[in-house]
Amino acid sequence: MPSTTATPADPGLRPDWPEGLTRIPYWVFQRDDVFADELEHVFRGPHWSYLCLEADIPEVGDYRATFIGDQPVVVARDVDGEVYAFENRCAHRGALLALDDRGNTTDFTCVYHGWSYNLQGDLTGVAFENGVGGRGGMPPSFCKQAHSPRKLRLAQLHGLVFGSLSDEVPDIEDYLGEEISSRIERVLGGRTPVVLGRFTQALPNNWKLYMENVKDSYHASILHLFFTTFEINKLSMRGGIIVSEGGGHHVSFSAIDREAERDRAYAEAGIRSDSEYSLADPSLLDGFSEVGDDVTLQILSVFPGFVLQQINNAVAVRQILPRGVESTDLHWTYLGFAEDTPEQRRARLKQQNLVGPAGYVSMEDGCVGGFVQRGVAGAGSQSALLQMGGDDAESSESRVTEASVRGFWKAYRAALGY
Amino acid sequence: MRDDAFHLVARAQAAYARCIDEGPLESWPEFFDDECFYQVTTADNHRDGLEAGLIWADSRGMLTDRISALREANVYERHTYRHLLGQPHLTPTATTEEVDSETPFLVVRTTRDGTSDIFATGRYLDRYRLGADDAHLTRRVVVCDSSRVDTLLALPL
Ligand code: FES
Ligand SMILES: [Fe+2]
Repeated sequence: MPSTTATPADPGLRPDWPEGLTRIPYWVFQRDDVFADELEHVFRGPHWSYLCLEADIPEVGDYRATFIGDQPVVVARDVDGEVYAFENRCAHRGALLALDDRGNTTDFTCVYHGWSYNLQGDLTGVAFENGVGGRGGMPPSFCKQAHSPRKLRLAQLHGLVFGSLSDEVPDIEDYLGEEISSRIERVLGGRTPVVLGRFTQALPNNWKLYMENVKDSYHASILHLFFTTFEINKLSMRGGIIVSEGGGHHVSFSAIDREAERDRAYAEAGIRSDSEYSLADPSLLDGFSEVGDDVTLQILSVFPGFVLQQINNAVAVRQILPRGVESTDLHWTYLGFAEDTPEQRRARLKQQNLVGPAGYVSMEDGCVGGFVQRGVAGAGSQSALLQMGGDDAESSESRVTEASVRGFWKAYRAALGY
Repeated sequence: MRDDAFHLVARAQAAYARCIDEGPLESWPEFFDDECFYQVTTADNHRDGLEAGLIWADSRGMLTDRISALREANVYERHTYRHLLGQPHLTPTATTEEVDSETPFLVVRTTRDGTSDIFATGRYLDRYRLGADDAHLTRRVVVCDSSRVDTLLALPL
């Protein structure tokens, strides 16, 4: 493999991208120079990365340490009640400021030489700044205000906290567009999220293979056999996908089709199900309408690495963090809401068996990216085919399409100039 | 606490580990009472009092369904576990017919290509109901030390 470079990969070294959105060259999952490009131009570029939930840092002094791409950042709530974020990097010689993933503090003091920072990331103290006994210390010209870790731009949306290292990133509303924002609002708007659990899944594959999988509505009923094997989803469904204007964000949904449901109930009256398998405890799927509508599934992604999921009453956010060319961390945060009744809370805890690293429905998504990563070894000059549902990246009433996967690549190529 | 509690719990745990590692997996739910609770979570979540689990089951039927799903529906690469359990640490409960138990475990996962890796370490936080000559779980909370799961969790812990 070529060695890592800090600047955009020399196009002379990188093979050409095939025309259009229907061919994805496998080298894009394999090359160190591509990975370095992505960290610089996708994650540190003009995009919004999910950092945490407001519910993760409810109190003054609460903080969380996380990443944008590979870059460590801190998100903290200051005494003014506002949320701030900055690089988790001391302005002196670069050591991590926060060593825990989360906590509560009044300030951040670097362990190395004791420089200290307030909850907004401003440098407030330098140990021995004036030396000792008139000797040593920083030069008189040294100005603390001029030295701080870089501050992030922040956007808060229905309890989600997004950050960006770029000054050029558009406002979050413009970045997402109306159609995506309104679907975030559908699940989170006006409610008080409560964290029910946090799990991390180490994926043996490139981060983009996971994002493709999230956006791939084509595989759902084929790879995931849990619902069909146990004949659980007997209701007639309608659905579709929404692809944002630039292609980078998407929503895939399905909803109960009341009209078709009336016809089917009539046609099948008195016909016994011939399912070979059934659940010993069908209460797994006892649930309720999540927000009072007929939508039973909504998978929403925000470029580059965020997912908001509602699968029946299993609600979760997923943060996708690249760790290397062939390794990715998937951070799950399972959610309930303060408004839940005890019965609703119990239903969520049961239905969360569907998702996560041991999920009846999402277990396969944890390994299938690795199957691709291993499958394409040695085939960097070959390409994946993305022609299901045409060659565009437009919204569609069919979910038998790869349009939202093409949308991802459209946004990706625009970000990298590939 | 009954004199035979340690013996019964240790015997049940040895059989439990052997059942997952050597099979038949279909017998795994039989180590639990009909009314039972089984959860796999992490030390972080457990310390923070967070309720959700990687696996969360409040009936033996749900455990049966886990195994049926692994057999009939879920897709994953073939792999096996090897459980190594420490000695159970018992504490009495309000009744002599039940005992609380804590046991450290280490699980090595061997995958199709022959790689053996430490997949999970942690502890079982259990409540056992003691019968005349056996012990059944009414509650097992599997607390994994690490918050990271490699690839997926298919077979139970
Ligand atoms: S590196 Fe932080 S004080 Fe020196
Ligand atoms: Fe999937």
